[in-house]
Amino acid sequence: MSRDAEDLNRRMLRARDAMDRAYAEHLDVPAVAAVAHVSEAHFIRTFRAVFGETPHRYLQRRRVERSMFLLRETDRSVTDICFDVGFGSLGTFSRTFHSIVGETPSHYRLGHGPIVAPNCVQMAATRPREAAGGSRPLPRARATGARSSSFGEASEAAAP
Amino acid sequence: MITSLQVATIYVLDKDEALDFYVNKLGLEKGSDVKQGDYRWLTVRVPGEGGTEISLEQPGAPLHDEATTERLRELVTKGAMSGLVFTTDDARALYDTLKERGVADFTQEPTDHFYGTDMGLRDPFGNAIRILERKTASAATA
Repeated sequence: MSRDAEDLNRRMLRARDAMDRAYAEHLDVPAVAAVAHVSEAHFIRTFRAVFGETPHRYLQRRRVERSMFLLRETDRSVTDICFDVGFGSLGTFSRTFHSIVGETPSHYRLGHGPIVAPNCVQMAATRPREAAGGSRPLPRARATGARSSSFGEASEAAAP
Repeated sequence: MITSLQVATIYVLDKDEALDFYVNKLGLEKGSDVKQGDYRWLTVRVPGEGGTEISLEQPGAPLHDEATTERLRELVTKGAMSGLVFTTDDARALYDTLKERGVADFTQEPTDHFYGTDMGLRDPFGNAIRILERKTASAATA
């Protein structure tokens, strides 16, 4: 592996860290690509090559993981949690949550209590990676297509 | 029975750069720095403790063949290798100190949890570092 490729890996990691740190804020691909100092198209392609999933998918599942955490650990309403973790609409949150986790946020909350483990361990180990509840995996061809061109839920929030 | 953890190893991509970061930025002290031919045994440790030495190991000959070296370097830069967890008596003060020393790669600003206040950063190569200020009273046994 060339030193240039190592440097590119390191910058992709920095961008991924930015998503872990600022998932609750408005994030879009250009903003995160800027963290890595690469163009948007290059960023999406390279991030996927380095981490095996698109930046959109990574962020979506970070947000869902944080929502699962808040559902387990707090009494906040589903609507509050939706906005706490960076989703722009309750509809997008509910749909995304169900497709990834396989049940509604309210139903998930009923069946799960707090996990006694450090927060960093939970973030690293409980982010849903593959479909956990029998939902469909993202079709391979579409993963690099239109769906990955923006962070859908954040874009909705930004739209007038 | 085992009585202590003497040495733990992390992979770094450059020993000089690692030494500068772990000593001058993070505030650890140099332990061993011994050259044997081309090999350099380099460790750092928490100051003022007879505790664990952290060996800063660089992938490469004679430890690793070329392909293994490249793979290890790749994994380090992806953040896929193991990290370190330290404790501090004041996470927020340390955070300010680290920023003053030029540390920019924070993965998490100081955040309160039921077990204490922690923060996260990365070393120059991608290794994860977490620093925890334990909650004092009830968490003393944790």
